[in-house]
Amino acid sequence: MSDSEFDIKYVANLARIALTPEEEARLGSQLGDILGYVKKLEELDVSDVEPMAHAVPLDNVLRADEVQPSITSEEALANAPKKANGLFVVPKIVE
Amino acid sequence: MMLHELSLTELTAKLAAKEVSAREAMQACLDRIDAVDGSINAFMSIDREDALGQAAAADERLAKGTTHTEQPLLGVPISLKDIFCVKDQPANCSSKILGNFRSPYDGTVVQKLREAGAVIFGRVNMDEFAMGSSTENSAFGPTGNPWDAERVPGGSSGGCAAAVSAQECFGSIGTDTGGSIRQPAALCGCVGIKPTYGRVSRYGVVAFASSLDQVGPMGKTVRDTATLLDAIAGHDPRDSTSVPTDVPDYAAGLEGDIKGIKLGLPKEYLGEGIEPEVRAAFEAAVQQYESLGAEIEEVSLPHAEYGVATYYILATAEASANLARFDGIRYCDRVEGDDPFSLYCNTRGAGFGEEVKRRIILGTYVLSSGYYDAYYIRAQKVRTLIKRDFDQALEKVDALITPTVPYTAFKAGEKTGDPLQMYLSDIYTISCNLAGTCGISVPCGFTNDPKLPVGLQLLGKPFGEQELLKIAHAYEQSTPWHNERAAL
Repeated sequence: MSDSEFDIKYVANLARIALTPEEEARLGSQLGDILGYVKKLEELDVSDVEPMAHAVPLDNVLRADEVQPSITSEEALANAPKKANGLFVVPKIVE
Repeated sequence: MMLHELSLTELTAKLAAKEVSAREAMQACLDRIDAVDGSINAFMSIDREDALGQAAAADERLAKGTTHTEQPLLGVPISLKDIFCVKDQPANCSSKILGNFRSPYDGTVVQKLREAGAVIFGRVNMDEFAMGSSTENSAFGPTGNPWDAERVPGGSSGGCAAAVSAQECFGSIGTDTGGSIRQPAALCGCVGIKPTYGRVSRYGVVAFASSLDQVGPMGKTVRDTATLLDAIAGHDPRDSTSVPTDVPDYAAGLEGDIKGIKLGLPKEYLGEGIEPEVRAAFEAAVQQYESLGAEIEEVSLPHAEYGVATYYILATAEASANLARFDGIRYCDRVEGDDPFSLYCNTRGAGFGEEVKRRIILGTYVLSSGYYDAYYIRAQKVRTLIKRDFDQALEKVDALITPTVPYTAFKAGEKTGDPLQMYLSDIYTISCNLAGTCGISVPCGFTNDPKLPVGLQLLGKPFGEQELLKIAHAYEQSTPWHNERAAL
């Protein structure tokens, strides 16, 4: 892809980050440069290579299905910006 | 000798002999911080009352006969990067977004340090959410290098390295996702080890890139660092990526000669772009190893040049998912909006610093529909090639030997305008995280004018920390570099 295709508004929206117009301009051009650099990976033929998600192959790490101690709901709510009746308060979602 | 000048190992000997008390050791750190931290800004906050209280409790245990065999860090003041959860203490990750957050619990590393008797005090500075190589990306102001406060200490664990090198604590615990322990250790002239992925629990550590993050200690000497690693290593059922293998006694395994040990010199690491004085110090270190009886062999890591590009796709992709939790609902300084969507955007727009925004947006992009295969999956495949290079090289030799960073500490502000140049400062450290193996940086000399530390990096086999520490210790003990201290 060409760098001009990088739609900073669209991606910032996906990332749920509000940007000022100055940030949009600066980040957009820096990200264009960075994407230009990472294009380097296109030099390699990776058609027969398996992707690697983790360095240590551990799978299905499960523990016994038993109740373990955890923090109280009071502790869980202690850092909430807004709370009421033991719940997190958020803006109205459903009309 | 002033108390703060002791190594961790020397301090524990004096504590055991009742020559000094834990309270005196803690007070010496606080006095040292009062005297010098104004010029380097390594510490963001210190709960003095809590610190002296922990030290008094350590003195009681010492008086009752608890030994350092039972609790190897009993009475030793240790600082923590601002990324660890310590019950009732702040954990800001040097970000504005977390506001007055207080951790509701102790993470595993903190718990283990407490079990070992350490006095855990102070939050040291870092690049916001561990994203950076200079500790300039901190909402709490940058940290200065103890050797020259106008220069950066490296990052992201720059506060840890600066605090250790300025002798404000006897050790510090950091995290390393692409070099964040080894690079600042090199630039500040202390020792830092990134253990193998899975060696140390990440429970209670704020996640940046979950397939790369690893916790590790920083200290004045290899022995100090080994003692700290002994305290924090091991399997933890609360971190499903921690590996259930036995942990050797690292400090006990340091001695012994290294005759016949094979060190691999990756030819790709010694091309252009290394400062001449760094190259000279590195070549002298290689010669020193030869004189200790090591065999040096050239090895090849053919995909080394793709490390930084691979890293910046994978690490940012993982970060974009991990940092989704900072949304202003359960924690964070909320910036209101008419609906949840605008609340998220406003909170994150106001709370995150620019580098964090840049990386989350890049990570979101490489995972987005239409680009996922071209960037993310391709990078995961190149990661396989990089890991293969390491596996093959480490089949032939016991460890790889490289400079830690191609240059010494740079001036504050020098690279902030060009993120890509900043990213390239991790060029020698980054592949180790992609391959998931262990690496250590030890001081290997100084430049002349200005006098700045140079770091030597050794990369070991997966779960080969014991061998790696032994190889590093042999070098350190045969050279004078670890005895040099910054004049502050």
